[in-house]
Amino acid sequence: MIKIRIRKKLNMADGASELIVDAELPLQNITALYGPSGAGKTTLLKIIAGLIHPEIGFIEVNGEVWLDTAKKIDLPPQKRDIGFVFQDYALFPNMTVNQNLFYAAGKNADETLINHLLNLTGLVAFANHKPETLSGGQKQRVALVRALIRKPSLLLLDEPLSALDNETRIQLQQELLQLHNEYRFSALLVSHDIAEVYHLAGQVLAIDKGKIVKTGKPAEVFGLIENESIRIFAQVVSVDGDWMTVLLDQRLYKLKYINGLSVGDRVSLGLGDAEKIL
Amino acid sequence: MEIDLQPLWLTFKLASITTVCLLIIGLPLAALLAQSRSKLKSIAEALISLPLVLPPSVLGFYLLLALSPAHGLGALLQSWFNVRLVFTFPGLVIGSIIYSLPFMVHPIQGGLEALPESLQQASWTLGRSKTDTFFKVLLPNIRPALLTGIVLTFAHTLGEFGLVLMIGGSIPGVTKVASIAIYNEAEALNFHAAHVYSAVLLVISFCILLLVYIINKRLIKNRLAL
Repeated sequence: MIKIRIRKKLNMADGASELIVDAELPLQNITALYGPSGAGKTTLLKIIAGLIHPEIGFIEVNGEVWLDTAKKIDLPPQKRDIGFVFQDYALFPNMTVNQNLFYAAGKNADETLINHLLNLTGLVAFANHKPETLSGGQKQRVALVRALIRKPSLLLLDEPLSALDNETRIQLQQELLQLHNEYRFSALLVSHDIAEVYHLAGQVLAIDKGKIVKTGKPAEVFGLIENESIRIFAQVVSVDGDWMTVLLDQRLYKLKYINGLSVGDRVSLGLGDAEKIL
Repeated sequence: MEIDLQPLWLTFKLASITTVCLLIIGLPLAALLAQSRSKLKSIAEALISLPLVLPPSVLGFYLLLALSPAHGLGALLQSWFNVRLVFTFPGLVIGSIIYSLPFMVHPIQGGLEALPESLQQASWTLGRSKTDTFFKVLLPNIRPALLTGIVLTFAHTLGEFGLVLMIGGSIPGVTKVASIAIYNEAEALNFHAAHVYSAVLLVISFCILLLVYIINKRLIKNRLAL
């Protein structure tokens, strides 16, 4: 179990004035920290990593106390068993991919593990490349592998996929899940993308203005509507005898006129089935 | 006519020793300033920058007072260690270190402050110590700034005059560096020797600066092209 109790004053322009968190996260699970920007998500992640220091706080991971302000315990980031994936990747520009990974692995580098992870993420061909020569997706993979190489007990991911295009993002989500299935690490993932959270996380902490507003499984937090046909809304823009024109998603559609409707009315349309867009 | 090469040799010796000392002093100082959020930071920055605006003779005057065996620090050094710094080469080195301090500290501090904070944070979260992080992650990524600091310090020390004259005097073979030799030779209407010293300083200073600009341009271009 991971226990987190934090109070920290924030000075954000239009966000929270204080971050107050009291949460318990299950081990070996991906937990999402979901909320709008300025809610304090990154700050919380950095507090857990020991990069930001709260006024009052207690953090315990797997029975080990990392922070206890009452007892003046505050382990430095080096002593907290974490992996951190930064939003800007934070790859070291002076080192190749391999050098980045070996730097992270330290003295007792497990070469088999490094090669396995390089293989799994398709980075073998880029092992001797400098980070600047890589695409966004490749940089993100290196950052992920680098954070995992020390087999941390807690992986912290700060919007790791937000800068990627949709296709790469989905692919990386799959790879992250695959890595998680293999290594069963505990992870805390900052995201403001419901699709991503739903896909990756088993548990969600919804945070707003510095406070946890909801906790639970993604379906509980976001509200899952089951077995009900989807309804979308359009606006009537003209009526012409038996036909009317409605505006939906910036496009015009001609539909059979329904009695009683006039220009400006909003109509609800029901959908029956879904079909893949090719 | 025979030209005494000793002042030139002395100048390069002084510049080299000063640069090495300043690298050792300047690196931790710049790192400290780049990290610091203390209110005292501004005071430290102002103190370090003083040599940029003060006439070298002012600095030399106070150093002369401070190091002279008749006063405070100088008297202490004399009575405790039997060390005398005024009108000696080590005294010149100390003066030069203070005089060139901003030329080493400013570029390195600027380089460090321009690096994204996440680089060092990433290194820390990977279990690496602050020292490891500094030498293996931060320094290699501010090579242009480092080079600028080293070269500006060296070139600036070559050109010292007022401060050297105040605390070193003009003792041949001990403190008579090229800039002072030029002054002496010109005063004695010995223009040939003054020309030789001047030309050597001019050409070397120009070449050093040119080299820095070429190398830095290449380093920055490489980084952008990648």
